Amino acid sequence: MIDVLYFAWVRERIGLPKERVETDAATVADLVEELKAREERYAAAFADLSSLRVAVDQDLTEFDAPLDGAREVAFFPPMTGG
Amino acid sequence: MVVRLQQAAFDFGAEANTFAAGRRDAGAIVTFTGITRDLNRGGLDRMEIEHYPGMTERALQAIESEARARWALADCLIIHRFGTMAPGDPIMMVATAARHRAEAFAAAEFLMDYLKSRAPFWKKEVTATGESWVESQDTDEAALKRW
Repeated sequence: MIDVLYFAWVRERIGLPKERVETDAATVADLVEELKAREERYAAAFADLSSLRVAVDQDLTEFDAPLDGAREVAFFPPMTGG
Repeated sequence: MVVRLQQAAFDFGAEANTFAAGRRDAGAIVTFTGITRDLNRGGLDRMEIEHYPGMTERALQAIESEARARWALADCLIIHRFGTMAPGDPIMMVATAARHRAEAFAAAEFLMDYLKSRAPFWKKEVTATGESWVESQDTDEAALKRW
């Protein structure tokens, strides 16, 4: 089980901030493919990965990053702090 | 060395005075304050800033540590808000103290560049006619490359 978090327009498009996902996905990209296959709202949110960023266990990483042992994966648009 | 993530507004004048108080080890103090701007000519009702509890604190600490590793700073302050801001409200501030101004300015700019695109905050502008997420700029990412 892994906690999957969504922020900003990704959260709005998918319709929830967080969910627990049962998955054997080896990488972030594999997890994305599983989510996209679920429902249209996921497919829409993940349609263009270049407009998304991902963090695994609260560290920014890339979509090809491995998920082994990860407890938390978060998807969000590029950050706009400051 | 203080990093604060908070919902409440802050008084940047008071924060700058506290930061500077009693300091004898620095010839230069630089402060920067980010303000909620209304580019909609009076149309902005509010700005909502979302963050990632846990990761945001970690990112702010990491950015502050990196600044201190790169420049000999006598002190460093980061305050960043989340939640709802009215036009004109302060969003965030950084302050740096160093022996000379070059380090203080450079460290403050470094902090700003990293806070802009490496700290997990997302801004949404709400106007009378709707709401929209503020999009990051290519120049934000390019700004990181100079460090």
